[in-house]
Amino acid sequence: MADVTAGDAFADKIPKRTNPIVKFIVAQPLGFVGFLIVLLYFVLAVGAQWIAPYHPEEVDFGAMLTGPSPEHLFGTDQYGRDVFSRLVYGARTALAVGMLSAIVGCTLGAILGATSGYFGGIIDNVIQRLVDIMLSFPIIVLAMVVVAVLGRNMIAGIDANLIVAIALPMVPKMARIARSSTLSIAQMPFIDAARAAGYSHARIVLRHILPNIVAPYLIMLTAFIAQAILLEASLSFLGLGVTEPTAAWGLMLSGSSADFYQAAPWMILFPGLAITLAVFAFNLLGDSLRDWLDPKMKV
Amino acid sequence: MSFKSITVVAALGAVAVSMPALAQTPKKGGTLQFAVVAEPPTTDCHGTTTFAMVHPVAPQYSTLLKLTGPHDNIKVVGDLAESWEQSADGLTYTFKLRKGVKFHDGSDFTSADIKATYERIINPPEGVVSARKAVHSDIGEILTPDAHTVVFKMKQVNASMVLHFASPFNCVYSAAELAKDPTYPSKKVMGTGAFQFVEYVKGSHWVGKKFDGYFLKDRPYLDGFKAFFVKSEAVVLGMRGGQFDAEFRGRTPAERDQLVSTMGDQVTVQEGPWITNILLSFNTSKKPFDDERVRRALTLAIDRWGGSESLGKVTLIKGVSGVFRPGASWSLPVSELEKIPGFWRDANKSREEAKRLLKEAGVPNLKLKLLNRTIAQPFTPAGIYAIDQWRRIGVETEHVQVETKLWFDGMANGNFDVAVQNISDFADDPNAQFNTLLSTKASSIAYSRHTDTRIDDLYKKQSGTVDPVERMKIVNELERYTLEKAYNIPLLWYQRIVVNHKKVKGWELPPSHFAGQTLVDVWLDQ
Repeated sequence: MADVTAGDAFADKIPKRTNPIVKFIVAQPLGFVGFLIVLLYFVLAVGAQWIAPYHPEEVDFGAMLTGPSPEHLFGTDQYGRDVFSRLVYGARTALAVGMLSAIVGCTLGAILGATSGYFGGIIDNVIQRLVDIMLSFPIIVLAMVVVAVLGRNMIAGIDANLIVAIALPMVPKMARIARSSTLSIAQMPFIDAARAAGYSHARIVLRHILPNIVAPYLIMLTAFIAQAILLEASLSFLGLGVTEPTAAWGLMLSGSSADFYQAAPWMILFPGLAITLAVFAFNLLGDSLRDWLDPKMKV
Repeated sequence: MSFKSITVVAALGAVAVSMPALAQTPKKGGTLQFAVVAEPPTTDCHGTTTFAMVHPVAPQYSTLLKLTGPHDNIKVVGDLAESWEQSADGLTYTFKLRKGVKFHDGSDFTSADIKATYERIINPPEGVVSARKAVHSDIGEILTPDAHTVVFKMKQVNASMVLHFASPFNCVYSAAELAKDPTYPSKKVMGTGAFQFVEYVKGSHWVGKKFDGYFLKDRPYLDGFKAFFVKSEAVVLGMRGGQFDAEFRGRTPAERDQLVSTMGDQVTVQEGPWITNILLSFNTSKKPFDDERVRRALTLAIDRWGGSESLGKVTLIKGVSGVFRPGASWSLPVSELEKIPGFWRDANKSREEAKRLLKEAGVPNLKLKLLNRTIAQPFTPAGIYAIDQWRRIGVETEHVQVETKLWFDGMANGNFDVAVQNISDFADDPNAQFNTLLSTKASSIAYSRHTDTRIDDLYKKQSGTVDPVERMKIVNELERYTLEKAYNIPLLWYQRIVVNHKKVKGWELPPSHFAGQTLVDVWLDQ
């Protein structure tokens, strides 16, 4: 008689655990494409000094307004600066500002939303009216006001006030989503149990509610990174964001680039494509994550 | 059309433009339509220093003397003065005035009007702003021995005084009107100019018509003019659409190329050195910029000769010179200029010396903040160029670009390492050009905060020297000393580019956008 254990007998009936990354690729192929593009941007940003053939601020009057060539893959601008190198370094600016702003905006919004939904009553009322006020401003207008009022505050080469300006319009949106998630989670028995056990409000919000809104948080985060990149580019285009000669995509599109678009269309073509592709990739990834993480979408 | 070919066409146009204009017989009639890219803050010539006032207002007024001619042959001639003489000691100026000159209200012009005008500039009554009071402070007494003679007695010699009598900001007002209301020029426009004021609609336009009683009987040629106040970006489109015939402040090289490529031979291009530069001021009250070696290293790092031509293709800055615009009579000859650190021809040698000086000063990896304005042309490219040049000697620069108000505050409060600023005036004048470069003891706009009184002493000496040859020697010595000490260093000088419709004739490119805007000799070839 063969020595068969109960575990072996049921082994073929237990579904095999598929690697979640593989499952994501199979279920969300477009999202995976978005992920790959985002990854590429990260590689460009991190390895800029090895990938870019020139220093992004290097002026070369011998190569002014040169078209794409083996020496300058994406051509040069009016100062002879290599457009490809500036795009590569621009990825660093876009991702740094984009990610930091999105993380700051989403986190603040999540805390506010969770607090609002958990406590309800007057706290909820006050926070939600503040959210209403902030939502009544168009995103770009709110960001412009913040930049204009706060000015610049460079910390480690990044304008901290620019990050605040971009993050602020994201706070109310995230707060609304976090509040609605919190309202449903707050009705769960484990929250009642936590209350009954005498846990503090802070502990309940931080340890029990916030971990349960991670899924919408991650989804909004990816969507907000795309928005933040676009907003940073818009503010730089308007002269309110990153300043010359820092490599930044919006800045590459702005100012005197418009004067040379006929003689040197590559000056605006490639930064425009870089922004479009980045926003597209983050949006693809965000949408796919939403579908992937939202249980309702799986039904 | 490629970038280079457009530039060549523009350059050829610039050469070709003035020759036929001089040869043709002026035609009478027509209304000149031109753009002004800023709104005048006031209509009172004495109260402001902006071209936005000069361009629409100057055609209605006359001045005692005036500047005339193109940038390479600018000279002072009489306007309301028929002739003038200066005493040997330089302390008395006597002007013989034109007879038969009328104000637009029909009243006669006399020496009393000159006296009232200059007294208003020197001692403005309450409620009147005199923006150039300081440069007239050497005038002691104004005498009017008869209706057509005026005598200026100086407190001390001011060798630049003749230029100030030709200032386009010194519009001559009616003494009778000033007696009634000293602020009348800010409320109504009434002078002895070739054109009479018709209307001013804020934010829209200004209209002037020919003054039939103008003292030059065959002038003006135009029936009138209409100035449109528009954003700078609208000028090219406005000219292409036939809205404007001219814009006299100046266009960028890219705008010039756009106009030439789209309008072809319908436009004329005039270019020349502009009495405006980009100046880098070191904050000498902060370390290490109090160290001459550091300042010298930073000026040595900039390859002005190498950047000049190329920057001139894409920005307003082009000319290499010291304290005076390239080609001005006061400028140091190039052979002397290129001996001064920062102007050496060999960029590699300059940079090696710069690195050595930084090392010797103990700051081989210098980091600095460059305070700049958020004005695209030419402040941004000037900042980009300086940062690139300093990077080549290992200097790391943070570019702090802020709005004009914050930029002014930053310079005034000393909240900067190096500031990008400029010097601009209506004439090549040592007194005006050096004013920004003096010590804090002698000038209220000495943002570099140095206390080197040798500069002040030489400045006073040249201003008080009547003999032009002797004055030139002192000015050259002062220029050499100033550039070597490098408290402030000129980066490059502006190149003025004016693109007008080819039918606009009789306008010659002065070296300043403040001068030559009375429109007296302008006519339309149509």
